[in-house]
Amino acid sequence: MTTSEDFSLVVNGSHRSVVDALPGESLLFVLRERLGLIGSKNACEEGECGSCTVRLDGETVCSCLVLAAAAADREVVTIEGLTSEEAVLSDVQQAFLDAGAVQCGFCTPGLLMAVDALLDADDEPDELTVREAISGNLCRCTGYGRILDAVDRAASARRSQVTP
Amino acid sequence: MTTLEAVSRTAAGPRIGESAPRPDGVPKVTGSFAFSSDLHNDRMLWGGTLRSPHAAARIRGIDVGPALALAGVHAVLTHEDVPGSPTYGLIHRDQPVLASDVVRYEGEPVVVVAADHPDMVRRALAVIEVDWEPTEPLVDPELAADATPIHPDGNVIRRVHLRHGDQTVADRQDLVSVEGTYEVGMQDQAFLGPESGLAVPDGDGGVDLYVATQWLHEDRDQVAACLGLPDDKVRLTLAGVGGAFGAREDLSLHVHLCLLALRTGRPVKMSYGREESFHGHVHRHPARMHYRHLATTEGDLVRVEARLLLDGGAYASSSSAVISNATCFAVGPYRVPSVEVEGVVVRTDNPPCGAMRGFGAVQTCFAHEAQMDRLAVALGMDPVDLRLRNALEPGDRLPTGQVITGTLPVAEVLRACAGHPSAAVGPDDPMARPGGAGRTADIDDVVRGEAVAVGFKNLMFSEGFDDSSSARCVLHRGVATITCACAEVGQGFVTLVHQIVGEVLGVDEVVLAPVATTSIGSAGSTSASRQTWMSGGAVQMACESVRRELLARVAAANDVSVHDLVLVDGRIFSLPGGGSGDDYLSIDLSLDEVTAEPVEADVVHRHAPTLPLDADGQGDAHVSFSVSAHRAIVDVDPDLGLVKVVELTTAQDVGRVLHPLQVLGQLEGGAAQGLGLAVMEEVQVTDGRIRNASFTDYLIPTALDMPPVEIAALIEQPEPGAPFGAKGIGEPPAISSTAAVAGALRDATGLDLPRVPVRPDDICLASGSALDEAD
Amino acid sequence: MVTVTIATSIDDACAALDSDPGALVMAGGTDLMVEVNRGTRLVGNVVAVDRVPELRGWSLEGDRSDVLRLGAGTTCADLAEPSLAKLVPALAQAARTVGSPQIRNAATLGGNLATASPAGDTLPVLAALDAEVELRSSAGTRRLPLDEFVVGVKVNALVPGELITAIRVPVLNGPQEFLKVGTRNAMVIAVTSLALVVDRPGRTVRVALGSVAPVPVRAIEAEVLAAERCDFDGMSVPPDEVVERFAILTADAARPIDDHRGSAAYRRHAVSVLARRAIRRAFSGVPSVAA
Repeated sequence: MTTSEDFSLVVNGSHRSVVDALPGESLLFVLRERLGLIGSKNACEEGECGSCTVRLDGETVCSCLVLAAAAADREVVTIEGLTSEEAVLSDVQQAFLDAGAVQCGFCTPGLLMAVDALLDADDEPDELTVREAISGNLCRCTGYGRILDAVDRAASARRSQVTP
Repeated sequence: MTTLEAVSRTAAGPRIGESAPRPDGVPKVTGSFAFSSDLHNDRMLWGGTLRSPHAAARIRGIDVGPALALAGVHAVLTHEDVPGSPTYGLIHRDQPVLASDVVRYEGEPVVVVAADHPDMVRRALAVIEVDWEPTEPLVDPELAADATPIHPDGNVIRRVHLRHGDQTVADRQDLVSVEGTYEVGMQDQAFLGPESGLAVPDGDGGVDLYVATQWLHEDRDQVAACLGLPDDKVRLTLAGVGGAFGAREDLSLHVHLCLLALRTGRPVKMSYGREESFHGHVHRHPARMHYRHLATTEGDLVRVEARLLLDGGAYASSSSAVISNATCFAVGPYRVPSVEVEGVVVRTDNPPCGAMRGFGAVQTCFAHEAQMDRLAVALGMDPVDLRLRNALEPGDRLPTGQVITGTLPVAEVLRACAGHPSAAVGPDDPMARPGGAGRTADIDDVVRGEAVAVGFKNLMFSEGFDDSSSARCVLHRGVATITCACAEVGQGFVTLVHQIVGEVLGVDEVVLAPVATTSIGSAGSTSASRQTWMSGGAVQMACESVRRELLARVAAANDVSVHDLVLVDGRIFSLPGGGSGDDYLSIDLSLDEVTAEPVEADVVHRHAPTLPLDADGQGDAHVSFSVSAHRAIVDVDPDLGLVKVVELTTAQDVGRVLHPLQVLGQLEGGAAQGLGLAVMEEVQVTDGRIRNASFTDYLIPTALDMPPVEIAALIEQPEPGAPFGAKGIGEPPAISSTAAVAGALRDATGLDLPRVPVRPDDICLASGSALDEAD
Repeated sequence: MVTVTIATSIDDACAALDSDPGALVMAGGTDLMVEVNRGTRLVGNVVAVDRVPELRGWSLEGDRSDVLRLGAGTTCADLAEPSLAKLVPALAQAARTVGSPQIRNAATLGGNLATASPAGDTLPVLAALDAEVELRSSAGTRRLPLDEFVVGVKVNALVPGELITAIRVPVLNGPQEFLKVGTRNAMVIAVTSLALVVDRPGRTVRVALGSVAPVPVRAIEAEVLAAERCDFDGMSVPPDEVVERFAILTADAARPIDDHRGSAAYRRHAVSVLARRAIRRAFSGVPSVAA
């Protein structure tokens, strides 16, 4: 059991300490305002848009609904962690660009996290599976058409990576 | 052309007609792109707004003392702290920066606060004491015109009475007549990135504001007026915009942020939450529309009468332009010799309404297309044939009397859309049926319907507005720097700039200067499907001007005629036959060499002038038009009233495709918003109060609601006067899509469904088909 | 200074609650943090229970292994997994309709109970299954039937210092259905929902409704009718008049209100439609293989 006032998070593989956080600060707030990781977005702050999606111990969650202090020492991966250290875009990021799935871009980081997690679990998802997997990520610009195309592209890229 | 062919193309950069990569794409997929809500300054304070809990009330007093007394609170400001104009507004400056003696809608800003942390802001707002005297709100737009004015400017924001052609045909007895009353609910733009910004005082009485907006210079003018500062003391820079769709055409937190920054001497950031965002921007106007169509038994439209009532809410915003569009396009893209439309937009204590994608035309398209379907039934005609028979063509007159001089392929989009094979299959998986994840429908519970709708709208600003965009191109050492104040809101203007520069100058190294009021003149608003034409045109003009100067420079230096020079893919060559004739390609210079000294061009691009409407709503008020058609296929569970749109097919008049992927993105995205209005999206307002100001209850389509969009055709008929012949494409997809989905729901259910969004009750608790009751 | 205690055992959590019985117990946080973000819930001490392994698992109990004990920290995503879906299909289906995939990864069964919203998606299933809620505090363990735990709109029977540790439901031999009406095809709050479970050996049908009353309601009269008139051996489709009567009686159990998500009239109507469909699906003429 740990009791914390100040705490540390493991974000994209690095330990980051958080001091003087006010009670109730969400993981999203701490990532954005205290750690300078602006990629996770705040669009509803009630878990209804998916723009703040991060992976917490591997699972996608809405970081706006995670109490930051309660996530102490858990593995957090944000959109900033999707790009390799050599700044090479991941298959999903590249696919979103190639497919024209990015317009205003506000929903993009959350969608990328959701799609990345989907393809980790299933690299050949059928269309309905994809639609359900991203049904928690609202996009207001694209109507999802190019996003679905991007998922297809990313899935085949990932399959070709793992094919011996 | 042998010479040009001989010059092998070396550049791989973006050109017109190609799906060039977005220059902001990489930062957007890596999370480093800074939206307005991502702005940060180490010294910054957080701002917040106290809003009226009442739709109508008098303010007897405001005590900010308890808030000021809190630790960490740096400023608490009221209307008394607004040094300049107490009001602002896009067309009429009728909206208080901060309410003084009365409030006219729920959510009207009253007090603003700056503090060290958002939580302190919240605490400060909670202890401000406002002595309210609630009054009876005026919420029924039908009563507004005759009610006691709730604003010094009166309750009728604008009335447009359009009369066209022979009015006596109204009394002809030999015509088939259909009549109907239609309603459209209040839609929200629901952009994902909430209103936000950062104001930084310059220490010298001025302020820099970084904000997400659609129109920097207009914002600047309004903000400066409210701050009582000269324009040069108020500098706006575009911050990353997380979608707009019309909701960022008005000011929101702009003046508030500047007031707080100037008062505290510190940078101040403000970012609305979703609930506040619903109160913080204008919505799509709810409409009540009564129509009567008269046609010959052969199906020729003879006359259309319409009464349109739009609820503008508490303040004018762009209402006067919205009612103008609604009136001008009330009959749809049809040839109608006799028309009478009375369009009125009124003031109420409901949330203010203003710009949203396709404004005015979205509402009336829903109504006129419902009427056309009813008329087809009354005539025993195929609904597409009826539309084709009456389709407007170039050379025809609009109800405003204006002759269509450009392109308008109404019949083409209709035919393409209606004739496109459907890829829709049966909903085998329960998740794909109406009700989706709730798995409410078995296969036998589902009926399918289909309908086609068509709609059109003006491109760009109308009625004599002096519309322009400024651009600058500087070519230096082969690098083109483009300056233009066009707000990139996601539509991809930044991509288009690269394409235009590549196309005109063959230059692939393009730098976009920061978009700011200090760097150049206005680009006008990113709205009305106008930026490709206006700012794209300005960039094109600037590049062409640079090109001319370059060629002149090289011609002079080499003592040849400019007519003997060509610029291809970033190099300047001489043409054979020019000069001595033998020295084929004797001149071969890179732009890098030629522009060691920079070449610069500053231009202002205007479209052809328009005229105001006269007292009868007549006049050449519009520049250009664009038409789109949609076919919707829907599955309905009639017993539960649940809906699944199975397929949308569209054809659109685009002039010319400049960027295939971006066109697709606009068509799909616009259709999604139209689908939303048809089946789920409504800001529910009761007694002036919004009941669903959240993404939990204001529902927009998810990936399980939005079907594939089939593109039946992109009609490429170059529009005279338009840069590259391209029309703006942003709005039409949101216009005919709603009407098509509603039509398909009628087809599936046999119900009248005169209101969107269609609610489950409207389908499963309907007393019976009003089609049966008609006549 | 407030503290956030990250409990790693139930005893940890109880000890922390003992020292501050008013502390907020937080599991997935998907309901509580909405209120925190909105500023409608002030945060004091928090006991985070999402890292307590004992709360996460499930097991079969009873002489015949026919009671499923679900740890309160079982997430909605866990509930939808095939291994659990096989045992309580209606619960799996209900869990799959909760929020979005991201929410389902965090939201827990115990949290859904504690929030006690009329629209809580798992609640009608738990009501139909006559679930039992296990509560722990440093004073000991107590068990409450569901209808004594969820007692009003967002009101539960937890006393300060207590937390939900497990939910017990029977593993029944018979079909189960969960249907949920929302005005969007995913990620939507229930306008109304219905759970129906069949106990073939016990020759009973149990049906419960969500979002049509302050708490989940059972349609007792409909259940009586079904017990009398349904064919639990051949599972044949009930006669139309039985289906219609079942639908009417089910709708009679609803006490819906008008709100921004739907009208009372619509909810009552929808319940009858769901009842008709659920009983037809359950008694589809195909005897299900014993679990």
